[in-house]
Amino acid sequence: MHAGETLPSRDDVMGWLADVPDPEIPVVSVVDLGIVRDVAWEDDTLVVTITPTYSGCPATSVIAFEIEAAIRGHGIDNVRLENQISPPWTTDWIGPTAREKLRQYGIAPPIDGTAADGKRVARLLGEGNARVECPRCGSANTAEVSRFGSTPCKAAWRCNDCLEPFDYFKCI
Amino acid sequence: MSALVEFALRMGDNTLVLGHRVSEWCGHAPVLEEDIALANTALDLIGQTQMWLGLAGDLEGKGRTADDLAYKRDVWDFRNLLLVERPNGDFGQTLMRQFLFDAWHHPMLTWLSENSKHERVADIARKAEREAAYHLERSTDLIIRLGDGTDESHRRMQDALAYHWTYTGEMFEADAVDRELADAGVAPDPAAMKPGWDALVGDVLAEATLEVPDNHFVHKGGRKGQHTEHLGHILAAMQFLPRAYPDARW
Repeated sequence: MHAGETLPSRDDVMGWLADVPDPEIPVVSVVDLGIVRDVAWEDDTLVVTITPTYSGCPATSVIAFEIEAAIRGHGIDNVRLENQISPPWTTDWIGPTAREKLRQYGIAPPIDGTAADGKRVARLLGEGNARVECPRCGSANTAEVSRFGSTPCKAAWRCNDCLEPFDYFKCI
Repeated sequence: MSALVEFALRMGDNTLVLGHRVSEWCGHAPVLEEDIALANTALDLIGQTQMWLGLAGDLEGKGRTADDLAYKRDVWDFRNLLLVERPNGDFGQTLMRQFLFDAWHHPMLTWLSENSKHERVADIARKAEREAAYHLERSTDLIIRLGDGTDESHRRMQDALAYHWTYTGEMFEADAVDRELADAGVAPDPAAMKPGWDALVGDVLAEATLEVPDNHFVHKGGRKGQHTEHLGHILAAMQFLPRAYPDARW
């Protein structure tokens, strides 16, 4: 930026970042997923606060790189990324539009209230808290194949009606 | 070394060493889904390690990063429980080790996230607790399925339990570090975690038709840096590259 120019607003910057795709699920953006927590100016430095999703997510450093590249691409050279872990990221922050995009892409979106509660598996408590609909045919007659899927944020499920396997965005 | 640094090392070394152990399964698990599950569990644990060892390095104030602490310490500097350095053995032994650890790890993180008076400790615990809950659900489910499974899976799970059992008592041993942190409200008295662990493990093992071993011997020393011969082999594999090429970047 040059002296005298007006700094882009927070909304402008969030708009740019809404075009930065998640590297592993490119149908949603880093803003859709709730990874960008805040954008603020500190004098002439743009500070972008991001939050890790799963603490071991291998995409974290790629995401940080893409965010920085997008901002530099809009002519801002002074940018700093900060990590914030509290309050912890939760799948509840994935908005309704993003959930629909995930479904269209073939990934069952996270369903609130189905997070692991650590109280022992549902079968011990005699109650199942996960009711996951097949993203292809909409049937709720589905079953978990494995608690982990193709990326750390997903579990492997299958549909007992259309018989297709699918990814389910696991809830934390 | 301050009690807080010691505590952060203990938490981070548990997740680092177990994460490394679990990652050894990558490409070797009995079925593809379990291979992926083990690799992802390892990723979660190593992600949590970065937070704990990052905290230890900051509190220590010598400019050491999480990577420095992971790659440039020797066996006697590690503070993990002996349980997590136990060899993988068969799939049943790996899962049993995971379950016995998860049944301690999740309640520990829950306590820290709800009660710890140290803000960063509580923040890290809140982040890690959700992942640990997921691990506990998975390991519980598999212990029950395999324990209450075929004759062979039942036998292997009972053997796995005997194999690890005497390494579980160390989780509830307290020393001066624990007492100082418990007094300060930073961490729980380890012994206070035992009744909950006994109840949870007892219920799950009963559901899995497995018998709780009648052996009260406790192997200990890991939290003070006295380790089994297995840790040195883990470190040799894990630390080779950064020690041979100290400034390597990729």
